[in-house]
Parts: sequence; C-alpha cells; structure tokens
Amino acid sequence: MSDNEVAMPEHAAHAAAVAALTAPVPETIGDGGAELVQLLTPEGERVDHVGHPEYSATIDELTDDDLRGFYRDQVLIRRVDAEATALQRQGELGIWASLLGQEAAQVGSARALRHQDYAFPTYREHGVAWVRGVNPLNLLGLFRGVNQGGWDPNENNFHLYTIVIGAQTLHAVGYAMGIQHDHAVGTGDPDRDAAVIAYFGDGATAQGDVNESFVYAASMNAPVVFFCQNNQWAISQPVEKQTRIPLYQRARGFGFPGVRVDGNDVLAVYAVTKAAMNAARSGQGPMMIEAYTYRMGAHTTSDDPTKYRVSADVEVWKLRDPIARLKAYLTSSGKADKSYFDAVEVEADALAVTIREGCLSMPDPEPASMFDNVYVDEHPLVEAERAAFAAYTASFEGGH
Amino acid sequence: MSKVGIGKAINAGLRRAMERDPKVVIMGEDIGKLGGVFRVTENLQKDFGEDRVIDTPLAESGIVGTAIGMALRGYRPIVEIQFDGFVYPAFSQITCQVAKMRARSLGKIKLPMVIRIPVGGGIGAVEHHSESNEAYFAHTAGLRVVACSNPEDAYWMIQQAIESDDPIVFYEPKRRYHEKGEVDLTATSAPRSLFEATIARAGEDVTVAAYGPMVKVCLDAAVVAAEEGRSIEVIDLRSLSPLDLDVLATSVEKTGRLVVTHEAPTFLGMGAEIAAAISQRCFYHLESPVIRVGGYNLPYPPSRVEEDFLPDLDRVLDGVDRALAY
Repeated sequence: MSDNEVAMPEHAAHAAAVAALTAPVPETIGDGGAELVQLLTPEGERVDHVGHPEYSATIDELTDDDLRGFYRDQVLIRRVDAEATALQRQGELGIWASLLGQEAAQVGSARALRHQDYAFPTYREHGVAWVRGVNPLNLLGLFRGVNQGGWDPNENNFHLYTIVIGAQTLHAVGYAMGIQHDHAVGTGDPDRDAAVIAYFGDGATAQGDVNESFVYAASMNAPVVFFCQNNQWAISQPVEKQTRIPLYQRARGFGFPGVRVDGNDVLAVYAVTKAAMNAARSGQGPMMIEAYTYRMGAHTTSDDPTKYRVSADVEVWKLRDPIARLKAYLTSSGKADKSYFDAVEVEADALAVTIREGCLSMPDPEPASMFDNVYVDEHPLVEAERAAFAAYTASFEGGH
Repeated sequence: MSKVGIGKAINAGLRRAMERDPKVVIMGEDIGKLGGVFRVTENLQKDFGEDRVIDTPLAESGIVGTAIGMALRGYRPIVEIQFDGFVYPAFSQITCQVAKMRARSLGKIKLPMVIRIPVGGGIGAVEHHSESNEAYFAHTAGLRVVACSNPEDAYWMIQQAIESDDPIVFYEPKRRYHEKGEVDLTATSAPRSLFEATIARAGEDVTVAAYGPMVKVCLDAAVVAAEEGRSIEVIDLRSLSPLDLDVLATSVEKTGRLVVTHEAPTFLGMGAEIAAAISQRCFYHLESPVIRVGGYNLPYPPSRVEEDFLPDLDRVLDGVDRALAY
C-alpha cells in the first residue's frame, strides 16, 4: 500500500469535518438563520422566541412609555447622525462614522444597562452614548478635531471612543475585573452589582486584542458582555470572508455562551442584553451577543461602498429597518399614534438645529492647550516646550 | 541596613507599596506561586492573595489592556512583562492607550500604572531575552521611563513609581538582579526624587553617563581609569523620561567631555538625544564631541558573542580615550 492510498481517506474525513463546521456560511444578506432571537418581525409583528420565553416576559414588563422611549431614542439619534453626516459634507467635520441602520442594536443594548454598569464603545456608538446621557455635541468634537474625546467617562459610565480596533475590549475586561475586586458582583444587591458591556464590530473579531479579551474574561469569569454589532462589513470586507462560522458561535470555543439576536429588533436586543447583563452581574461570567444588523451607510464619510457592494443588498436590508418596524408595532398595538410620531419628528428637527448650531459655534481649542494633560505631574520637557511655544508665538504678535 | 540584591530590593519595595495601599495590584505571567521567572514577586501572592497578585493568561497585550481597565476602575496596577523582547505584543496598548488616554480625556482620566520590564543582555539567553528597548517608550509622550541600577534605588524607585499618578515604564537590569548593596529597609522617606540623575562617582576629566546595567560597568571603568591617572565622573541618569539634564550639564560644564553609554544600539538611542541636548546646552564648554558607546546597530546577537556586542569596561575606556583625544 502506498502512502497516497493511506492519505486519501484522511483528506476526505478532513473535508467532511470542515464542511460540517462551516455550515451555514454567513452571508451579508442572510436573515440570521434559525438561531436568531427575534421578537419583532420586520413587518412589526410581535412574536415569541421558541425556547426562550423569558425574553418575551422581559418585554411584557415594559410600559408603553418605555416602548415609545425606544422609538424616540432611535429617531433622535438617527437625526443626529444624519445631521453629522451633512456637517461633514459641508466641511464642518473632518470625518463621521454613521450608525445608520444600527439604531436598534445600540439603543436596545444601552437601555438594558443600569446606572452602575460601564460601557466601552468603539467610535460608532452614538446611540449608546445618547442613551447613557452623553451630549451628542461632545461626540462631534472628536470628529471636528477640537478634541480627542470631550466627555468625562465617569459621569455617564461611558468610556471614550476607542479608534484602535478592538483595543477597548481588554479595557472592558480589566474594568470588569476591578468590579470583581470591589466585590460588586453576585451580592444580590441590585444597586451594587455591576457589569461591563464591550462594544465592537464584526471586523474586530479578527483582532488579537478581542480574542485575548475573550480568554481573559473566561479565565477571570469577569462580569462582561461582549456586544458584537455584526453590520456585515469591515469597511470593504464582507463578513463571509472574515469568518467560517457565525460569529456568536466563537464564544463557545472560549468557554462562554454566545447568542445571535436580530440587531434591527430593539425589543429582542433589549431582552437578550438585559438577560446577559443580569447574568454577568450575578456572577455567572461573560457572554457574547452578536447583534445581526447592517451598516446602511458608508464605513465613514471617507468611504465609497458602491465600489464593493451592490445596491440590491442594501434594498434587502431597508425592508428590515429598525425604526419602521417598531413604528408599525406601536401603531398596530395602539401604543402610539400619529400625534406622538409627529411630536418626535418636531423634537428631532429641534435637536438637529441644536446640533448644527452647536457644531458651528464650537470653538477651536487654544493652541497652547495641546501641552495640557499629557501628564498628571509636571514634565520638564513638556513645560520647556510650552514656554518655547509661547515665546515663539509671542514673537509674531504685532509683527505681521 | 540590610544587604540585598536588586531583585530582592524590588520585592521589598513592592511589598511595602502593597501594605500601604490596598489599591495596588500586580499582574503578570507566572508571578504567583512561582514568584516570577526572576522571583521578583516571590511570596507576594502567598501574603497578599490571588486577588492582588494576579496570574494572567500568557498574552502581553491582554495584561496591559486589562491593567488599563483596572486603573480606570481606581486600582494601581503593576504589570510584569516577563522579558524585554516580549513587550512588543503590548506595544499598541502601551503607546496608543496607556500613553494617550489622559490627554484624550482632557485630563479626566489618570492611569497610575507601572510596567516593569527586566531589561538588557549578559545572561547568555536565547533570542528576545536580552533587548534594550527603552528608546521606544522614552520617545512616546505620555509615558515616563526610569531605570534603576542598584539595590537602594530599586527599593525606592519602584515605590515612587507606584505612587506616581502617571504611567511609568520601569526597567530592571536583569543581569544585576543578584548584585547586592546596602539598603535601609526601615527608612521612611526616599533619598531623592524619582526623576533625578545622580553623581554615582565624582571626577574631573570626563563625564560618563549611564543608566541601568551600564552604571556598574562605568563605575568599574572609572576605577581602572583612576589607576591610570584619569578622573571619570559617572552620572547615573536613573530617569530617561523626563531626562534630568541639569545634573548632566553641570557635570559636562566642569569636565568639558561627555561619553554616553547604553546597551541599546546607538542609532536613535538615548545617547543620540543626550548628545543633541548637551551639545546645544553646553556648546561653549565642550572640549570634544559627545561620544556614544553602545550596542551595535544589529539584531541582538547569539549569546556566545554577546560580550563582543555589549559595551564593556574596555569599550567605555576606549570611548573615554576618544573624548580625551581632542
């Protein structure tokens, strides 16, 4: 018997094993598959998830005010986002990363947080920032170039935007370890127990830091929820070229549960995130949520998605719009009527004006302020250069 | 006074800092039961618990990244990087996150972290275990970088670094871990500031600047030079960011000659910065160009030839000769 004859069956077995692993292949226009947790269909019909009645129970506890709030948050942040995109086109922002299409994933997850929880965002979490109470104008400051992050993270337990892909997931796990060290997990006190939510995208799942954060969270049993917004595109790279298996299934290999939720269904996102955060706060450790959604706009205003994706795909996802489906549900269930929707529109118009005027009147920082806050304590080199800069600047005064 | 090695002195300093402040935690690979590969954290986990001396998975970016999160929660993490050459997986976290987060937050955030790195060659190690990468971090605004050279400094500097509200890269001269010196472990205050250079040996003819493992080489060279009638003043820089140029300039203004030494390659090394700064500051006092004596501009060589790569006593004296030749 030759070596080749021995090797053939092994190759066949390997091929079969790979085939078993890689089905179903994720697709950018897929519907999320059977595992998808969905409580509101794209048409706005309220449905239950077989096997997880507790998700429906969570939604049933919500008041009509809560549900209208979910709608209002999404409409307002979409309007902020549209205004920011327009401001970039008019040269008022250097760049903008639009959240269009991801409103439900962000509002639903952020609404599931308690005050004492902490969120670590990427640079696209405008909806989370909104729900946490960060002034949207502060978000614009970063993209206008007047600062690198103009809010106090500890005021709203919402960390600064992190631009290096995936780096914040490790900070989130470390913060969660700090919660453990503070004995603020698993005590049963709802005002004391806390957890962390780490936001990242499908592209970030390739990063070493994200994988290390999974390992550390599992090793430490840290109270952290990994919230992956799979918007199907890492700039121009579609998700099917990033992964062989659905992203939520990766969690299993790291030793904690993963769940795929309809990211355009704010009710499902809220229910799933609430359950995951509760579990983390109670000491059950990490969990991964894959919010299956779509980036309706460009990666950023510098991007041109027509070069790498077809408009037919975008049309498929337009039919799954998160705001339209909630509006349909609120209408059909009688929880909100035209007067409410009109009032939210008026509020959105006013907010857009505030954002525009606030952006245009945002002062540039004093040039010498770039020497501030590099260190806590005085650093001789910084001080020497600050003085030299002041002297150099002063040398022009009145002289040109 | 006790006679202890640098490793034991750092261990004692860590212990004291942990006793003083319950927010101080140590994170790293094999630092618990094993006490670290150099035993610098020996017995600390036994005495302070697994909560405060945290054995981490084997991933350096993870160690530094999670330490940032701990610091954001109000802790003062001390991170141990096992060997100099293994810090690079954490390079992005250190340079993009640790160094910049305070400025990014407009001063709202502080990250009081210490990143301990055993540094340098001379121990006959395999590749990646003998590097001197201080210039990368000294080049990065937002970080402070210090290097201890003797047990007393090791004991105090680690405590001062932990007390600093700024992130500090703390270099430990690994081939000197077992070299002993007198340390008063009962003293209550540090003899000098963390960021101050010191005159390790006074002299008149040539100033030799060093830090970390090279200080002893230079002190030994000064003894030999003295026998030949040459008086060398050895400056232990101690801090690389900020650089204490005052002490150095005062010395150079006296001697008129400066030799800068380090194990790291000379190209764009600390010596290049020091030469530029001193040339500018002491131009009219200099009798010769600033001479650099350092590692060659190569990947660190196999250990059988590392003695030819590392600046030793003779190469320091050769540098002194070149300075005196002008």
